[in-house]
Formats: sequence, C-alpha cells, structure tokens
Amino acid sequence: MATTRILEGLGRLYIFLLLAFLYLPIIIMALMSFNVSPFYQLPFEWTTEWYASLWQNDQLIAATWNSLEIAIITTLISVVMGSAASLALYRYEFRGKKVLQALLFPPIAIPWLITGTAMLIFFFGVGIGRGLFAILLGHVALALPYVIVVVSARLQTFAPELEEAARSLGANQWQVTMRVTLPWIMPGVIAGGLFAFAVSFDQFVVSYFLSTPGQTTLPVEIYAAIRKGFTPEINAVSTIIIVVSMALMLLTARFFKFGGEK
Amino acid sequence: MAAQSATASRSGLRSALPLLAPAYLWLTVAIFLPLSAMVFFSFMTDLPLSGKSWAFTLGNYAAFFSQSLYLTLLLASLRLGLEVTLWCIVIGYPAAYVLAKVLKGRSREAIFLLVILPFWSNGLVRIFSWAMVLREGGILDTALNAVLPFKINIDLMYSYPAVIIGLVHSYVPYMVLTCYLTLQAIDDSLIEAGRSLGASRLQVLKRVIIPLSMPGLVAGAALIFVPVVGSFMEPRILGGRTGTFYGTVIEDQFVAVFNWPLGAALSFILLAVVLVILAIASPVLRRAA
Repeated sequence: MATTRILEGLGRLYIFLLLAFLYLPIIIMALMSFNVSPFYQLPFEWTTEWYASLWQNDQLIAATWNSLEIAIITTLISVVMGSAASLALYRYEFRGKKVLQALLFPPIAIPWLITGTAMLIFFFGVGIGRGLFAILLGHVALALPYVIVVVSARLQTFAPELEEAARSLGANQWQVTMRVTLPWIMPGVIAGGLFAFAVSFDQFVVSYFLSTPGQTTLPVEIYAAIRKGFTPEINAVSTIIIVVSMALMLLTARFFKFGGEK
Repeated sequence: MAAQSATASRSGLRSALPLLAPAYLWLTVAIFLPLSAMVFFSFMTDLPLSGKSWAFTLGNYAAFFSQSLYLTLLLASLRLGLEVTLWCIVIGYPAAYVLAKVLKGRSREAIFLLVILPFWSNGLVRIFSWAMVLREGGILDTALNAVLPFKINIDLMYSYPAVIIGLVHSYVPYMVLTCYLTLQAIDDSLIEAGRSLGASRLQVLKRVIIPLSMPGLVAGAALIFVPVVGSFMEPRILGGRTGTFYGTVIEDQFVAVFNWPLGAALSFILLAVVLVILAIASPVLRRAA
C-alpha cells in the first residue's frame, strides 16, 4: 500500500531527526575542542592545542586519576559483593527474600540529590567526613543494586541441575561455585562490572556533595570549571569522557548479547 | 519453577547470610542509614557536631510551609518535571513505535543502540555541550542566520527553554527504551485484526496500541519525572539566573548557605513527593507484570 510506504518513510526520517537531536550537540562540542578560537568562533581552524594544554592542568589530571581509581575499586568491590548476593538470592529460599530484593530499588529510584545530601549528613555525623573514601563508600552503594540486578538476570538462565550434577560427582560447595556456576554467569558478572564502572566514572551528584577541594573527581572538577566560565579545555576533556564512556557501553552491549545467545 | 523447588531443599537464611551480608551491610551504611539520618537531622535546630548546642524542632518544616518561596519553587520543579516528561513522550513514543514496528533486523538493532547510547555517557558533559549550541553567536544562531534571509538573534542560553531542551535531551532515551520494550511485545496480528475489521489507523492507535503500551509510557514517565524534579546541575548550567528550582535551593543549603537541617527537611519533603509519585505509578506497572 502506498500510504504504508509513505508512513514508513516518514518514520525513518523521524528516527534520523531524533538521532540528529541526540548527537549534534556532542559532535559540535567535539569539533569545538579542535577549534583554534577559545570563544568558539567560526570559521573553524584545526588545532590540538587544547588537548596539549590538558596535560599542563595538574588539577584536572589529579581529578582524573581519582576518578579512575575510585571507578576501578568500586567495580571490584561491587562485583564481588553483588555477585555473592545474587547467588544467595538465587540459591536459597528464606523469609524476607522479597523484602531484600525490593530494597535494591530505592538506591536506583531515589534522586541522587537526596541520596547524596543524605550521605553527606550521615558521613559527617559519624566522623567519616568528606573526601575520596566517602566518595568510594557512596559509589559502591550506588553500583551494587545494578550489579545484583544484572547478575541475577544472567542467573535466571542457569540450570541448577548442573550444580546438582557437580555435587553428586563429589565437588564441594566452593568447587561447584568456582568451576560450574561462576563460569556460566561470567558474562553477567562482566556486564555488571562495566555498569558499576560507568555508574562510578560518570557519577557527578553524589561525588559533588562528598568531595573536598583537594579530594575530588573529574566530573566535579568539570562542573567547577563550567561555573567559573567556559574554556576549550573543558570541551577537550569532555570529549575524551564521552568517547570513553560510550566505548564502555558498546562493550557492555556486546557482553549482554553474548550473554543472551549462549 | 522446578529450579526453585530444587534449591529450596537446601533452604535457609543461615546459608544465604554470609553471601548476602557484605552487600546489604554496605547498602545499610551508605544508603539506608544516611536516609534515616537525614530525617532525624531535619528535626534539629543545628548539627550536633563540634559541641554546638541543638534541640529538636519543627522549625525547618515550618519554614517550608510559612515561606511561600519554597512551595513556589517545589511547584516550579514539579512543572518542569511535567513539561520535560510530556516532551519526552511526544518525541520518544513515535520513535519507539518506528523502532518496534517499522524497522527490522540489523538496522533496528543498530539504531536502538544509537538511541540509548548517549544516556550512558556523562550527563554533565552532555548538558554542557548544549551551551555551545544555544548561546548567542553559537552554532544554532550562526546556522540559522546563514540560512535565513533576515537577521535574527537566537540567545536561548540561560533561559527556561534551554533548561527544557537540555533535560529532554538527557532523558528522552529512557522513554524510547521503556516504550520500545512494551511496543515490541504487542502482537502484530492484533493490529492487523483491528485493521481488517475496519478500524482506521488512528482508531487502532487509540484502542489497541496505546492501551497495550501504557505500562511502558508510565514506567518511562516515572523514570524521567522523578530525577527531573530533583535536578539542580542542569538548571544551573543552562538556566543561569532563571535556573532557580527546588533542587538548586537544596544544593545551596549544603554547599553555600550551610543550613544543613533546613536542607535535610527540604530533601525529605522532596523524597516524600517522589515516593507518592512512585506509589501512584506502581499499580499500572504491576498490572503489566
């Protein structure tokens, strides 16, 4: 039918417009990070000057290292704890299990503004205070529910008969877990880890309330720089962040798909 | 289900506890205790730190209800949340429909990934990228003046529309994602049946497609509305002086004014509003599940 054809064509055009809306500002920012004029003036002249000057900006570099360290430690801690919790929720039946599963949603659903200010108050009250350790405490808590949800989804595809079989062949609980269950849920664990890394590395709100001038992360440092005034250096570092986090998510998508196919 | 009964034989909280304890202890220390502490603090006159004297008070909540500023800002934030959510529905729903029902195979997969990819990248940076597009003499300004025969000045930066644009850009992928999932689950034969029984495209849309995809719409709306009401960074960067909202006032209490008890009370009121909204949305979502 002709009308159907036209409608489908319009549909495709519409998707194209949406993608343009989603990507144009990002592409423009990336282009401007290579533009000579610090006031984003056209015509466009190519330079890598702003990327070079990033290397001179000790504050940004220190904040970047903090972000990376915290993201890596957050990933390790939340993957180990989260996978263990998912296994327990999968294997065992007990009273209150539904409550424990429901408790995973407040950290995801409550706006980070509320969670972040609450952490600030509590950590101050109990003497932990602000700084990198407080930020790490917060990030792990934010990442844990995501890891548990992702690993649990992978566990749904696991056949418990495999564990039974291994056990009947004389494997103990530890061997069963390490040799049978863990290899199976590995795609889920890796996807959960990538989630955790992204949650931590891109986290701004919670880090913002928990940071101090010397102990801060990259997004917090960028926010401070934006509020002081725009500079092409922020474009450069923002472009790097966008590329890194998008690459990370493409990687996650791959693992998710492999997880589903096996 | 067979899996459930097979594992139930080795049931018990005692075996589960060592595996569960680390994760849930951490969540308790870093999420649940802080939220409780926030409620506690919101009833105090001052922080019980460094020997300051303090007492219990309802003053922080009285401040919210007696000064019309806070209520006005909360309403402004709720309106912002509503407007952004509506725009996301208007823009996101048709896109989800095209993805689910028009595109097929590899191109659908690729475009789906392209749509949801940005919302995994840093939100702060994406908001900032709009500054370059919207400012006077920015890209939008330059492009429009190059095309149009007359001179116009587009200076959307530091305005309410700028905040809306930035927030819609940030959150529209959620709507596409949730609506896509429910639209995809609708059996095509239902649509064909409706059409062959003489319903027009519009009638099929109204009577079949929209009702069946309602859970996705509601889930998307909740996922967008809640964080937008609590947003503060987006209005600050794109709204400038016009960007004062409930979230920015809470931010101020903690980082500029240092009236933490008042900030805690304001946060808690926001939390209550958020919980009411989630409670309203949950029956629709549960009916779907």
